[in-house]
Amino acid sequence: MTARFEISSEPLVVDDVTQKVVSRNAGAITVFIGTVRELTKGKKTVSLEYEAYPAMAIKMFEQIEREMHEKWPEAQLAITHRVGKLDITDIAVVIAVSSPHRKIAYEANEFAIDRIKQIVPIWKKEHWEDGTEWIGDQLENVPYRAGAPKEELDD
Amino acid sequence: MINVLLFAHLRETVGEEKLVIEAEKMSVSDVKAWLEARYQLELSTVMSAVNEEFAMDHTIVQSGDVIAFIPPISGG
Repeated sequence: MTARFEISSEPLVVDDVTQKVVSRNAGAITVFIGTVRELTKGKKTVSLEYEAYPAMAIKMFEQIEREMHEKWPEAQLAITHRVGKLDITDIAVVIAVSSPHRKIAYEANEFAIDRIKQIVPIWKKEHWEDGTEWIGDQLENVPYRAGAPKEELDD
Repeated sequence: MINVLLFAHLRETVGEEKLVIEAEKMSVSDVKAWLEARYQLELSTVMSAVNEEFAMDHTIVQSGDVIAFIPPISGG
């Protein structure tokens, strides 16, 4: 079986990620597909570029899995995040979670995307018609003033 | 020697994705100061990781270690 956590420079295939969490114990699989949107606060994106620190990103995906198992021991997780240049509507990330029951599959999947945005070293560069910028202060992100994310310190 | 990895705007500002510092032992703060003295960088709000684990400013980096600077992330 291929690794459940991957950074890929090739276009993502949703079903490849989904298949990794298929289980006879599962009664539900939720799949989150993050895609490249054209408009952010009225500004038009032409394309995006994602960069990762792959070795550490994989370790952080594994940490998210450990955290998920503390909350929901029976859930299974697979994540693939794309890097490189992406066009509008391209898939940036696929998260698949299976679990015996539906509610946990939804909750654990949302937990995973929230934690990705907090601790996984991946960066997005927006290309607009009039310039570019590395995005680092999205409102949906937790700003870290210094040091490590809180969850790390609690370990 | 200490290996330094740079990403996103830090990589572009420095013009390199990897630097090597000839030193046996430094704190993360020391490495930040070393970089700020040589490049137009502001690292006070930038996270760091030593050998792929999040680190603090007082974490010690030894020869052979890899220190990465992690600007605010924007994956997902």
